[in-house]
Amino acid sequence: MSDATAAKVQEIRALIARHKRWDVIFGIIGLISLMIGVLTFVALFLDMLVDGAPRLTWDFFTSFPSRKPDQAGILSAWVGSTMVMIVTICTAVPLGVGAGVYLEEYAPKNWMTDLIEINVTNLAGVPSIVYGLLALGLFIYQFGLGQSVLTAGLTLALLILPVIIVATREAIRSIPAAIREGSYALGATKWQTTAHHIIPYSLPGILTGVIIGLARAIGETAPVITIGALTFIAFLPPAPVKAEPPFISFEWLMSGFTVMPIQMFNWTSRPEAAFQLNAAAAGVILLIMTLSMNAFAIYIRYRLRKNIKW
Amino acid sequence: MVSTTVPKIAAASAATMPASVKKSESRDLNFYYGGFQALKAISMPIYEKNVTALIGPSGCGKSTYLRCFNRMHDLYPGNRYEGQIMLYPDNTNILNPVVDPIEVRMRISMVFQKPNPFPKSIYENVAYGLRVRGESRRAQIDEKVEEALRSAALWDEVKQRLSDLAYNLSGGQQQRLCIARALATDPEILLFDEPTSALDPIATASIEQLLADLKEKVTILIVTHNMQQAARVSDYTAYMYLGELIEFGRTDEIFIKPKRKETEDYITGRFG
Repeated sequence: MSDATAAKVQEIRALIARHKRWDVIFGIIGLISLMIGVLTFVALFLDMLVDGAPRLTWDFFTSFPSRKPDQAGILSAWVGSTMVMIVTICTAVPLGVGAGVYLEEYAPKNWMTDLIEINVTNLAGVPSIVYGLLALGLFIYQFGLGQSVLTAGLTLALLILPVIIVATREAIRSIPAAIREGSYALGATKWQTTAHHIIPYSLPGILTGVIIGLARAIGETAPVITIGALTFIAFLPPAPVKAEPPFISFEWLMSGFTVMPIQMFNWTSRPEAAFQLNAAAAGVILLIMTLSMNAFAIYIRYRLRKNIKW
Repeated sequence: MVSTTVPKIAAASAATMPASVKKSESRDLNFYYGGFQALKAISMPIYEKNVTALIGPSGCGKSTYLRCFNRMHDLYPGNRYEGQIMLYPDNTNILNPVVDPIEVRMRISMVFQKPNPFPKSIYENVAYGLRVRGESRRAQIDEKVEEALRSAALWDEVKQRLSDLAYNLSGGQQQRLCIARALATDPEILLFDEPTSALDPIATASIEQLLADLKEKVTILIVTHNMQQAARVSDYTAYMYLGELIEFGRTDEIFIKPKRKETEDYITGRFG
């Protein structure tokens, strides 16, 4: 090996060593950024868990709120949250998926569609209190739906609609053109292609969007306060199932209600320190509800995507 | 018609060449992607139960021409056809706006460049064309699926696992599955858009063998960027360049004694 070659090899090695320093530096910066996020969350959660742990008993779930902190529970809150979520799912999913499919598959590609698309994306960034005001004017004063489960469900549905529409469109766009063309080439109509291919293959993405939307909706406080959710209720909405015909009742839709975040908000604004512990315990439950929804979304996506490779 | 000095590439096709009946024909076909004219006044016949190959360099319009035959361009905005593609014996101009593209696609099937099975079972892939046509009798579908898989030389390999996912097949098997899917509905013409470009040589050979068998039953129009493939599988060849049809003729003639200088340059590898 000549001296010239040896010198060149030396030079290359020095260069590589210099460049690799940046790998290390960025690695460290990235790790610090990640840790700030993760550790803050873990600290918050642990703090809440330590405060709330003594209150996390079975009675806490089966008791109504009370003036006595150690007897107060979240029964009306979690039942209210569940009912509101049911209304939200039943309205937001069909509307959001329908709108997303229409925009991707049916809408003519012109400036009107572009304008609508941009605005749908923008809607996702509108502050939730604005949705609350809209709902107050529209659902309560205009339609007279009252301060009910129905109003809250519809308001939160509006709030997460853009999230579901955007998720649906993203999921549809990830389907390769070759699959769509393969269906059309066999003589399928637009609806057959949509029903047999587009919707089934985009389902994992759609479900993920739905659950991310719901996880956001379940923690929303501002719009629900705006439409006048009660902060202290010691009753449950009427049961949706009855013993006598017609067995199903929709009275619960028009009932007054409270939800988890409002119950927490109510407790944190009390002067007695004991109520703060209740708020922490409710916070733990709310967080677990949210996290388990996300875990469910990940599981569903994994299950459904197993058969789809592209 | 074919001289005795023709070497082996043409001998096989010449021996089996049936009487030439037109199955389809394009007349002065122009096609536009928005403002860009991709096809210029293309007129050529497609003969029944023959293989017609479209060759030419990338961007010459051969795939664009092929995709006119099942109105695939209708799926995207801004595309426009002029001229006619006649389908015989019923004399239908399939480009006529009053003809539903779905009707055209039910008569003319297509196999794509890359295998594109649906993420469903092998059985459901082949059955899909029948389901689209509203067939729901299980026995009928079973029979058609088996027939199509046999025609695509895939039956023996998959008969034990029809409910397996199509993605578990190899690339060559997937492409034969797509051929079976296209065959299951008894198309009058089968379009192939570079069907072997994503496959290895062994899978390619099996698809080429299949083409030779299939032309007994169905008219075939195939785009290929591989001239040897065109010479091996086709009875007629069209050479296209920059959206124009330069030369159309019997494959043996095109490859042995092309009439046009441009064709000769391309075929001998001096160009392209």
